Amino acid sequence: MIIKLWVNDKKITDEIDSDAILLDFLRDHGCYSVKRGCETSNCGLCTVLMDGKLILSCSTLLARADGKHVITLEGLQEEAKEFGGFLADQGAEQCGFCSPGLVISVLAMVKELKNPSDREINEYLSGNLCRCSGYMGQLRAIKLYLNKKGAQENEIS
Amino acid sequence: MLMIKNFIKVKNLEEAYELNQKRTNVVIGGFTWLKMGNRKIQDAIDLSGLGLDQIEETDDEFRIGSMCTLRDLEIHKGLNSEFQGALKEAVHHIVGVQFRNGATVGGSIYGRYGFSDVLTCLMALDCYVELHKGGMIPLKEFVQKKYDNDILVRILLKKDGRKVSYQSQRNAKTDFPLIAVAVAKKKNNIFVSVGARPMKANLIEKSGCVLEQNPSEKEIEEFADWAKGQFNYGSNMRASKEYREYLAYVYIKRGVKEVLEDDH
Repeated sequence: MIIKLWVNDKKITDEIDSDAILLDFLRDHGCYSVKRGCETSNCGLCTVLMDGKLILSCSTLLARADGKHVITLEGLQEEAKEFGGFLADQGAEQCGFCSPGLVISVLAMVKELKNPSDREINEYLSGNLCRCSGYMGQLRAIKLYLNKKGAQENEIS
Repeated sequence: MLMIKNFIKVKNLEEAYELNQKRTNVVIGGFTWLKMGNRKIQDAIDLSGLGLDQIEETDDEFRIGSMCTLRDLEIHKGLNSEFQGALKEAVHHIVGVQFRNGATVGGSIYGRYGFSDVLTCLMALDCYVELHKGGMIPLKEFVQKKYDNDILVRILLKKDGRKVSYQSQRNAKTDFPLIAVAVAKKKNNIFVSVGARPMKANLIEKSGCVLEQNPSEKEIEEFADWAKGQFNYGSNMRASKEYREYLAYVYIKRGVKEVLEDDH
């Protein structure tokens, strides 16, 4: 079957197998930030945005992306770099394998939640597993990042 | 490994129904659970083009399309207001936001999975399923039905003033529940649904029970003890039968207290 979708605002038309998975397609098209982790819909490493919503690309049939806009971390370089600085400052990553999924989830969270509490942050990000960090460094980085974003919003308003 | 020969985005329910009559064809919901299977599918039937991803609210009910996601249930203000956040509580432990943006209500309910938080919660409500050919039937009847080849179109939740409490316990956050309990109260009727026993959720109803008067702690305990005895329990890798039975007692007791809170 033939599908048409946008990956990081680039239009792609392709002939695909009916059981092709979005994760494989994205990696085949150079989006190496999208990691293959558990493949059981649990770890969040393959998280991308589809029409603005966080989804698991390992659990999404490529056929369902037909006509949709998919954003990976490659399409959010500036935002990722900014938040990545906070992660680095807090020593919040070790192997870094989970970082792309975490970063894209944090960027989505910032748009969706207003002044989230620690509990809301933890709940929102419960689908992003990290086997190295113990999460505390990540939480510190996220809170500092949110503080900065809040300050920026205040400055603008 | 799951293999699909044809992906068919159907144009109407009749087309979906016709395709679904063949054993090798399957309706795909959110695909999060289906993908874990090991089978060959001839035609994967996709309902995503039928507008079934909406929650409509009327004066009397909520009409939830089968392709609505668990996240849609979680963040719907009307549902959370009407049912005191019980649906949010039922789904927000399920993996993470990105999973709940994919998993569908229809998939959860049609599958009638033993571990289903959603099924357990909806069982305690005045809930109906709308089937393309089978029409409207109460969820508690649908749960007992054998799997057939009908198409689940919508879930209907009546606004009947029911007060609801939902609780579950997991060995680790985001894991399947090892017990799930929903308690609801409507006037003098109390509804208790227990799922993840590990069998699929079942419902008991009792009218004119302890809730008519201001019940004592002992009366609530007696009710919880009676109610937990109405269900069967089993053991698996997550918990033993005995542990589940005891947890059911504890959560039924807590649930009853919660739904009685405003009355006394």
